[in-house]
Amino acid sequence: MSQHAGTMLYLNGVSVAFDGFKALNNLSIIVHPNEMLAIIGPNGAGKTTMMDCITGKTRPDQGELYFDGRTDLSKLDEAAIANLGIGRKFQKPTVFESHTVWDNLLLSLKSPRSVFAALRYSPTNADDARIEEILDTIRLAGRKHELAAGLSHGQKQWLEIGMLLAQDPKLLLVDEPVAGMTDAETVETAKLLREIATTRSVVVVEHDMSFVRELGTRVTCLAEGSVLAEGSLDQVSANPIVIERYLGR
Amino acid sequence: MITQMLLRALDKKASWLIAIILIVAIAIPACNLLIPPGQFGHVPGYAVTLFGKYLCYAVLALALDLVWGYVGILSLGHAAFFALGGYAMGMYLMRQIGSRGVYANPVLPDFMVFLNWKELPWYWLGFDMWWFAFPMVMLVPGVLAFVFGWFAFRSRVTGVYLSIITQAMTFALLLAFFRNDFGFGGNNGLTDFKDILGFSVQAASTRAALFALSALLLALSVFVCSMIVNSKLGKVMVAIRDGESRTRFLGWRPENVKLFAFTVSAVLAGLAGALYVPQVGIINPGEFAPENSIEAVIWVAVGGRGTIVGPIIGALLVNAGKSYFTGALPEYWLFALGGLFVFVTLFLPKGIVGLVGNFRSRKTKPTVVPPPLAAKVEPAE
Amino acid sequence: MNATRFLAAIALFFALALSIVPATAQTDDATLTHLVNALAPGNFKDREAAASALAATGDARAVPVLQTLLDGNLFVVKATGQVVFSGSAITDPVTGATLDGVATADIEKVKVNNGLRRALRTFIGQLTLLSDDRGTRLAAAQSVLRDASPDNLELLDSALAAETDAEIKSVMEVARAAIILKLPDATVADKAAAAQRIADWGGRDAITILNGALAGAPDELKPAIQASIDSLARTRAVWDVAQNVWYGLSLGSVLLLAAIGLAITFGVMGVINMAHGEMVMIGAYTTFVVQEVIRSSAPGLFEYSLAIALPLAFLVTALIGIAIERGIIRWLYGRALETLLATWGLSLILQQAVRTIFGPTNKQVGNPNWMSGSFDLGGLAITYNRFWIVLFAIAVFIALLLVLNKTPLGLQMRAVTQNRRMASSMGIRTPFVDAMTFGLGSGIAGLAGVALSQLDNVSPNLGQNYIIDSFMVVVFGGVGNLWGTLVGALSIGIANKFLEPYAGAVVAKILILVLIILFIQRRPRGLFALKGRAVEQ
Repeated sequence: MSQHAGTMLYLNGVSVAFDGFKALNNLSIIVHPNEMLAIIGPNGAGKTTMMDCITGKTRPDQGELYFDGRTDLSKLDEAAIANLGIGRKFQKPTVFESHTVWDNLLLSLKSPRSVFAALRYSPTNADDARIEEILDTIRLAGRKHELAAGLSHGQKQWLEIGMLLAQDPKLLLVDEPVAGMTDAETVETAKLLREIATTRSVVVVEHDMSFVRELGTRVTCLAEGSVLAEGSLDQVSANPIVIERYLGR
Repeated sequence: MITQMLLRALDKKASWLIAIILIVAIAIPACNLLIPPGQFGHVPGYAVTLFGKYLCYAVLALALDLVWGYVGILSLGHAAFFALGGYAMGMYLMRQIGSRGVYANPVLPDFMVFLNWKELPWYWLGFDMWWFAFPMVMLVPGVLAFVFGWFAFRSRVTGVYLSIITQAMTFALLLAFFRNDFGFGGNNGLTDFKDILGFSVQAASTRAALFALSALLLALSVFVCSMIVNSKLGKVMVAIRDGESRTRFLGWRPENVKLFAFTVSAVLAGLAGALYVPQVGIINPGEFAPENSIEAVIWVAVGGRGTIVGPIIGALLVNAGKSYFTGALPEYWLFALGGLFVFVTLFLPKGIVGLVGNFRSRKTKPTVVPPPLAAKVEPAE
Repeated sequence: MNATRFLAAIALFFALALSIVPATAQTDDATLTHLVNALAPGNFKDREAAASALAATGDARAVPVLQTLLDGNLFVVKATGQVVFSGSAITDPVTGATLDGVATADIEKVKVNNGLRRALRTFIGQLTLLSDDRGTRLAAAQSVLRDASPDNLELLDSALAAETDAEIKSVMEVARAAIILKLPDATVADKAAAAQRIADWGGRDAITILNGALAGAPDELKPAIQASIDSLARTRAVWDVAQNVWYGLSLGSVLLLAAIGLAITFGVMGVINMAHGEMVMIGAYTTFVVQEVIRSSAPGLFEYSLAIALPLAFLVTALIGIAIERGIIRWLYGRALETLLATWGLSLILQQAVRTIFGPTNKQVGNPNWMSGSFDLGGLAITYNRFWIVLFAIAVFIALLLVLNKTPLGLQMRAVTQNRRMASSMGIRTPFVDAMTFGLGSGIAGLAGVALSQLDNVSPNLGQNYIIDSFMVVVFGGVGNLWGTLVGALSIGIANKFLEPYAGAVVAKILILVLIILFIQRRPRGLFALKGRAVEQ
């Protein structure tokens, strides 16, 4: 069997270029089941492009992309990849502002995604219970019938994490989840993600070093589209090249 | 499950709206037929036809709102579906003329005799039978919308690009239908209709019945649209409108949702066109003009897009205004219409319904600010 | 037929009037009028004598009179015996002045018979073929070639004998060959030589002449003639392709002019300006106003009217554009569909405003002399107005490239196109850049209007005819790239002209629309789309 058997996410030699600019340059990353990986790196290191490649928004020019040890992601589109069980939270919180908090979760809830299934759909008790449960987790139970537009920045971040949970994915890609959060919220978010990572794989992209430390997990540092260093946060932040290129002296 | 769907469609607002439309469907024909002319309450025949026309426009507006207001597809070619439905009905009506035409040809319509055609083109076959022609009224626009949408939505043509190619579509049809050799009467279109299902199209009772049918069609459209937008699919549609790529990452396929809405909308528009034609007595290529499609857009915008009642109010008001202006101050109609476009987009982005909603919410809950309708969750493309 | 003959005579007259000024004999108006008036009275013999006297003056103005008489279109005022032309108005044949006092009922035709006609042809031929002026002779030879009437053979022979100019001589020989082919009693050898002469010449009408001769030709000559026709047809086909390319370029340059301003506003600002067509229309009306003012106050400037109209049209439409941007569009940024609707509303208002001010009918915008007529380039016929407009479109395109790439405004515009937020935080006043961009885009539409006024009817609907085409060009070429617009415009223009012969103009247009719709679905961002993350978002 190939090397990607048994992994949750397997990137090998992935390259993407935009008009000659190499956004990803021979990038290789592996994420195992029920593992959390934190990705750090300077702006333009290719973090978001990597997420775009995994979720089908950008096609890699070359390289292998496998999910769950068997599915080739480079052939699939966004919706198919999402339905495989990959959830993504964007850098800028993107929730449906003209829907209520409840409806945002309802739309994300794992369910048949065909047009006619959606037309016929009636809420079941199980669905309602699941949404209530997520609302409790993300602490928005009190605002469930309000429009998402009225939420604060931090609450939108949480709602988006809730939407990820509702999708019930096997792999979560979380892009800068604590931007705009208070310290207390940041700690809570780290706790939540650690909890999620006990049953699913999570990839977190983040600049906030104290948050990454809070996650207490394996760290990969990207620069110029490829891996600069890997290991625990202490190992990585002690790496002289990382200090030179990213952390600064 | 099905009953739940039906119940969901008939929420309080939709039920009221349908009830009002049904009352109008009975009241206006009754006032026309039962109250003798000159007596108080009589509705003259020309008014019945005029109002019937408005109702068809209202259906077109509602159909357009389903795709624009709810899914965010600004179609600048919806009048094409309306006109295609109209042409399908016109073909049936032409065949009903039979040998009563000027050239008394039992099979060929007058314009074909005039062009020295010897036999009916294949695509005219069957249109003499109502059971064939009436489904065509829905099928032709529906299939065009399906094919067009299948290509366009799959390749992710969105926003203004989509608007422009829908406009190009109706423009291409306009040019095609103007041609004599296309077989639809060219410049003059189809006209001089005699009867429909055996009833004279000129008779007061037929006109009253057509009015009632138009009202019924509007009620049906309200029901269908309400059913769709109140379902989970309706929520997906709005989600696509506000953040198409986000819905993709949640596993939805916007192209399928859009295709469904676009096709349903085209079928409704086709039905509206089919009822419009026997009432106005003519269908010609002018109905394909891009201006008509854009005018329908302004009806929706004036009334309030993303609502069920808005486009109906908009279509009725703008067309009543048009009837008044073109009669009393013809030179100023385009100024008024153009001004309306500018005014509504600048100052009334949510239309009349939004304005009324604002007043209400200000009175009851002064703190809640309704979100902007065009709120974008993603940066504009 | 008569009408075209008449027009041909008039055209000939103008050709002569232009070319003869210094060289040929000129008789004073009074003498000439006297001689012309002598054509009416008496019998056919008297008229022939009068015509002979008139021809003897050698005055070029006699030609149209004799030609009109030949065509049976010369009139005489019954009461005064004055000979007049009667076209759209009744005019004096010598001075060209309109005779207002004379009604159609007051005049009658000057009659001609076959004998007189024969004599008239000779007189006209002598006047022209034997004229001292080179241009006159050339025009006359070409006219004889067009008619190829056997009646002219004798005259042509004498003219050929006297001719020294090689080009004229060649035309005369071809004309003679064409006549020989028509003569029933010419020998086979003569006819063969004539057919060969025409095949060697290979001009635009050679195939027509040979085809006409084919039926009446001796059997032994037919294969040779047929071979010549085939060979000529092949050459012709190549030139036809070139001609189609030229027509396509010409249409493409019109599309380019109409679309390029749109490409700028769409590319830089993401704004769909539905009123763009009306800017073109206003540019055309500016030209109309400029010409009206010139006509009433400074007729001598007419030749320069377009040069005066260009900056004015640019200024007027640019100012309107800036006003629209400041007044409406800036409130709608990020809402492209609303902008589309608002500008559509504006287009209705502008159209109706122009209709109210200038009336709904087409306005006459004149072509200066350097814009009319045509010239041949190999087997191509190129009209001057199309020629200048192609050059103008190229000039505008280059100027725009320079503005975008070499000026500070262009730099700022490109910065805003690529990253509006970044540009604004770098201290670029984006509102100012937006206003200027919109002004520039509208101003170019105004320039396009000046050019289009030379080709198209100037009416309030002028812009509407171009708006959909312009959009097609922009989306086909790809947004944010001027070269894309250039390639888009030219390829749509050429494709259109190549489809036209097979499908007809309307179906060609429909096909192009359908092809573009299909194309957009394969490449939703056009031919030259920008790539990268910035655009993907």
